[in-house]
Amino acid sequence: MSDTLHIATRKGLFTYTRNGSGWAHTRTAFLGDPVVNVVTDPRDGTMVAALKHGHFGPKMHRSTDAGRTWHEIATPEYPPIPEGQEPYLNPMSNKPIPWKLVMVWVLAIDPKHKGGLWAGTLPGGLFHSKDHGETWELNRPLWDRPERAKWFGGGYDEAGIHSVLTDPDRPDYVAVGISCGGMWVSHDHGATWARKTAGMIANYMPPDQQEDGDIQDPHILTACRSDPDTIWTQHHAGIFVTRNAGERWDQVHEAGPSTFGFACAVHPQDADTAWFVPAMSDEKRVPVDGKVVVTRTRDGGKSFDVLTDGLPQDNAHDLVFRHALALGGDGNTLAMGSTTGSVWTSADQGDSWQHLSAHLPPVYAVRFG
Amino acid sequence: MPTVAFTHTLQRHIQAPPQRVEAETVAAALRSVFDTNPGLRGYILEDDGSVRKHIAVWVAGLPLRDRDTLSDPVGPDDEVYVMQALSGG
Repeated sequence: MSDTLHIATRKGLFTYTRNGSGWAHTRTAFLGDPVVNVVTDPRDGTMVAALKHGHFGPKMHRSTDAGRTWHEIATPEYPPIPEGQEPYLNPMSNKPIPWKLVMVWVLAIDPKHKGGLWAGTLPGGLFHSKDHGETWELNRPLWDRPERAKWFGGGYDEAGIHSVLTDPDRPDYVAVGISCGGMWVSHDHGATWARKTAGMIANYMPPDQQEDGDIQDPHILTACRSDPDTIWTQHHAGIFVTRNAGERWDQVHEAGPSTFGFACAVHPQDADTAWFVPAMSDEKRVPVDGKVVVTRTRDGGKSFDVLTDGLPQDNAHDLVFRHALALGGDGNTLAMGSTTGSVWTSADQGDSWQHLSAHLPPVYAVRFG
Repeated sequence: MPTVAFTHTLQRHIQAPPQRVEAETVAAALRSVFDTNPGLRGYILEDDGSVRKHIAVWVAGLPLRDRDTLSDPVGPDDEVYVMQALSGG
């Protein structure tokens, strides 16, 4: 799972394959259409892509031949609002939060079911499929939580689920990350949920609300595969790590040029090793001093290397979105794509980078698989 | 019988030929089309049945007024034309 790279962009899905020491473009799908994210099921190679047409709305497609051909499958659909029930109001706009799909933001494999998939969406619903996306069902226990009334959008008008963590050794475990709604964990395959945000601090909120768990904005949650209770997050207020699946989060206060950013990757066998792509700040979402860098810790956040070899260090304003940094299953191969259509890969854990392309559309997600 | 026609830009994603339908409202006209082409509904309407934000619907040359429940009447010789708005691209 380190030799094929799928790059989901505003104008299509581009696939590259490792070819000796380099990467070669092998396929383009959905040219001209926004592809938000893509997932490959390692059990059978089935791929599912989430599109969001500008006019015609979100759509889902599946490929059973490694992305050579695609066909449309069912799109998750919110049920009607039960009679007599009023929708929650968006805390920012004070307008009703509609029960309708805005976007499928992330897809994750459900290890409990063959063909099982989770889909995190805007406006904050988690959907489940048991059949590779032929049918979808809204997870009502999470959607019906009263705390959802406090969630609000981060980057979009409505709140959204951008991260879904699972563990093959615990098929009933699922954790989700919400911007802005914190992290929620279920140990019974979504039947019940508990919020796990203790230690997160939202410095963007009024002082009396900064520790409110329901308004935390983890931009991405990334777990260590061999130690899945260790989870790193690039939060809106900085970098945090938990060693106990969110029972307690600890903040990392220094990480190279900035602790602000969106993306995060974690080594599959070493939970102390993680990568981030810093941006200047909330107010200026561009690299510090026009230099694209990746920061890497190998000691659980005590110290960080600032990795620059092969990355532009002059007048570069690439921003890497939350799903646009990926680490291959080998623990060595990294890839990242930017809002300005640049993609870089590294074969040595980020020590050096190679430019894959400078001319792709804005990159939403990169995925090995 | 009114006619329902769809923008050619939609045809890249899903076939949607013009149809003549028995209907007295836009909602009924579209429902009749979706009955024979269920996959089309999600391209035009939101989950709750309202018209997608970046879809424009014209009824006998005038913009659809009720974008939530599509209750605008249609006459027997009217055309309901569904197109992409110029926003949303």
